[in-house]
Amino acid sequence: MNGAELRARIERLGGAVTSHVWRLGFATRFLGYLVLHSGTALRRFRLTVKEVYFAGVLSLVIILVSGLFVGMVLALQGYETLQRFGASESLGVLVALSLVRELGPVVAGLLFASRAGSAITAEIGLMKATEQLSAMEMMAVDPIARVVAPRFWGGVISMPLLAALFSAMGIFGGYLVGVQLIGVDAGAFWSQMQAAVDLQHDILNGVIKSVAFGIAVTWIAVFEGYDAAPTAEGVSRATTRTVVLSSLAILALDFVLTALMFTGGKGG
Amino acid sequence: MQQPQIVEIRDVSFGYDAARPVLRDIDLEIPRGAVVGIMGQSGCGKTTLLRMIMGALRPAAGTLRVLGRDTAGLGREALYAMRREMGMLFQFGALFTDLSVFENVAFPLREQHGELPGELLHDLVMLKLEAVGLRGAAQLMPAELSGGMARRVALARSIALDPRLILYDEPFTGLDPISFGVISRLIRNLNDSLGATSIIVTHDVQEALGVVDYVYFMAAGRIIAQGAPDEIRRSREPFVNQFVNGQRDGPVPFHYAAPSYAADLELAAT
Repeated sequence: MNGAELRARIERLGGAVTSHVWRLGFATRFLGYLVLHSGTALRRFRLTVKEVYFAGVLSLVIILVSGLFVGMVLALQGYETLQRFGASESLGVLVALSLVRELGPVVAGLLFASRAGSAITAEIGLMKATEQLSAMEMMAVDPIARVVAPRFWGGVISMPLLAALFSAMGIFGGYLVGVQLIGVDAGAFWSQMQAAVDLQHDILNGVIKSVAFGIAVTWIAVFEGYDAAPTAEGVSRATTRTVVLSSLAILALDFVLTALMFTGGKGG
Repeated sequence: MQQPQIVEIRDVSFGYDAARPVLRDIDLEIPRGAVVGIMGQSGCGKTTLLRMIMGALRPAAGTLRVLGRDTAGLGREALYAMRREMGMLFQFGALFTDLSVFENVAFPLREQHGELPGELLHDLVMLKLEAVGLRGAAQLMPAELSGGMARRVALARSIALDPRLILYDEPFTGLDPISFGVISRLIRNLNDSLGATSIIVTHDVQEALGVVDYVYFMAAGRIIAQGAPDEIRRSREPFVNQFVNGQRDGPVPFHYAAPSYAADLELAAT
């Protein structure tokens, strides 16, 4: 490789890095603008409630069914391991802590990104491609305040509720398999769970995670939709980017939050 | 007596980057009450000019006054205040696909006037829909409308706030002859009955010449001809002549620039 080729490669690499940093900066400014112009979404709260319906209520089926199956699998796998150590009555604790601390927020977040995040990106991207956002601008209506902010807050509100429902359904699935199918004592299942799961350390931290994932996924979804190239291909690429980036963001954030919440303290 | 100018453009130039100017030395005046056409080929800069009049783009040089305001110095609130006095019909209507026809027309009224009493809102929307002949379609969704009907609903929405200036971006594209006739008559009638001023950006020259009072002809970012429709039809400017009469060859060649045909077919060596 000669000097000119090497230089061209370095320039391309530098260009790609600069472009990504610029886009991250743009996305951050976009979030700041969106939060500052959320007055309409909060004043006319029915706009946000409508988005809670689209992002949250319409995601219920996939969240509840997935939660049920994840809880059932957890119980099967957990029982198999616990019984080797004569601790099968701790099955309820294992199922509940796994769900409340980790699987509830993370799997619900991943499902939320695939179901609601992609839909939000596609909708905003198509509104841009069909000049609906430009039409709003021409009517002196700020599309970020009117279209983007309600969807953002709708997603942020929906995500912790969906994660909670996912965990509740998972625990019920664990109960069905552990108690009803395998025959673990129901009293031990529930009482050990009640004794071991701490409101602040486990449940509150799980809620904090789901709020963080909700903000990350919805931010990525609305930004990708708003920044999509106004063509069929552009919207398709933006939708894919939403799912990929949201999933990576959830997993990376989960590691950071888990390291901050559950290491060095009680139960760590 | 000279009519006040609704749009005044003086020596305006613009380019998305310095190397490729899109508009060059544009001078243009649009008096109150007129229906003015800005015509030219695709890519000649007419939509850029329209976006400038909307305040979406700022000129790199020159001055642009719209509805008495210099758009160069307008902040967001002042820009929005100006747009409340304007209506715009987009090329394919840009109707909100999740809202019914009624709600589409009600949208600007709700956004600008807050929650109006139901009866008043209903009457205002029906008034606008009646003006475009679609009162009976109020409860339909945009997906249930034909192209011409969607354009008429978008027109009703664009006049919902009784604008002083109405902008049309390619209003005739993709319309059947009946819809075309309906839209062109509506443009003229609404302009006159609302006492508004209209700007039509189009390349459908024959259709537009039947509606407008005055025409600016653009090519390669410049205004190359202007006048009343009859003057444009009689123009000796070669480009205008080719454009108005739809001639295959002329200043705009039929063949895209290419190496010689013989060389391309490798006939030269034999």
